[in-house]
Amino acid sequence: MGPVGIEHYLVVGAILFVLGVLGIFLNRKNVIVILMAVELILLAVNINLVAFSAFMGDLVGQVFAMMVLTVAAAEAAIGLAILVIYYRGRGTIAVDDVNRMKG
Amino acid sequence: MIQTLAFYLFATLVVASAVMVIMARNPVHSVLWLILSFFNAAGLMVLVGAEFIAMLLVIVYVGAVAVLFLFVVMMLDIDFAEMRAGFIKNFPLGIAIALILLAELGLGLGAYGAGGIELGTPDGTAAVSASTSNIAAIGALLYGRYILLFEIAGIILLVAMIGAIVLTFQAPPPGSRAQQDIGKQIARRPEEATVMKNPDIGKGVEL
Repeated sequence: MGPVGIEHYLVVGAILFVLGVLGIFLNRKNVIVILMAVELILLAVNINLVAFSAFMGDLVGQVFAMMVLTVAAAEAAIGLAILVIYYRGRGTIAVDDVNRMKG
Repeated sequence: MIQTLAFYLFATLVVASAVMVIMARNPVHSVLWLILSFFNAAGLMVLVGAEFIAMLLVIVYVGAVAVLFLFVVMMLDIDFAEMRAGFIKNFPLGIAIALILLAELGLGLGAYGAGGIELGTPDGTAAVSASTSNIAAIGALLYGRYILLFEIAGIILLVAMIGAIVLTFQAPPPGSRAQQDIGKQIARRPEEATVMKNPDIGKGVEL
């Protein structure tokens, strides 16, 4: 085990990203798990940003990671709110049934 | 040495709990694994000295987003077993695409590891200094050079909050007791609502 370099972090980020994409494919019907997989993808992006920021000695990457965090929180709030009103109207959240865009 | 050990511990736990997030049968378990995953990612970030982002991750994700997920999962009465119907069917395609994506990412990493790719050099205006703490340095950047970005982030959060309220708000039906007449409530004065009585001893008060 050598010293931990930027590559180690990039590998962890890449694996997390792939797991997020795989999660979207595997849980095609369940919107909640799809949203969680999207959160995993954003976490992978954040790990990459922080790793580059730390190993290159530039703090801007961490500021940018904060912005990603902001957008992720906003996305989760709006996504779950849409989910709740969708469930109220239909009584289901199966993705397959989302085929009419009428209110 | 201890840093390397901690890195491998956190990295293994992040990946393992991410696998559990997408594999768990019950979405409640998925959320709990997601929380574990975020905690370990925060540990990874502490290891490279990004304490502020690590704490933000714990507060924002574990404290707010994961609890929101938990709330919604428990609030909606859904048959989750039925939702996993396509799980096996989608498995080969999902694994294939994941492997292709992983190979591509590995190719990129390998190309970088082979050398010859310059990452560019930071201009030094946001350099990490040993004398200031991580939080102080990020604060100076956020409230200085990136103040506009910071304000925009605040507006985005405000819009998201109002949007979530507008989407989920259900006005009570007219005529129900939950329906408030705010103007009437504000116009009410103490002298209309209260009276002074001076009852005799041993007698009740007639309202």
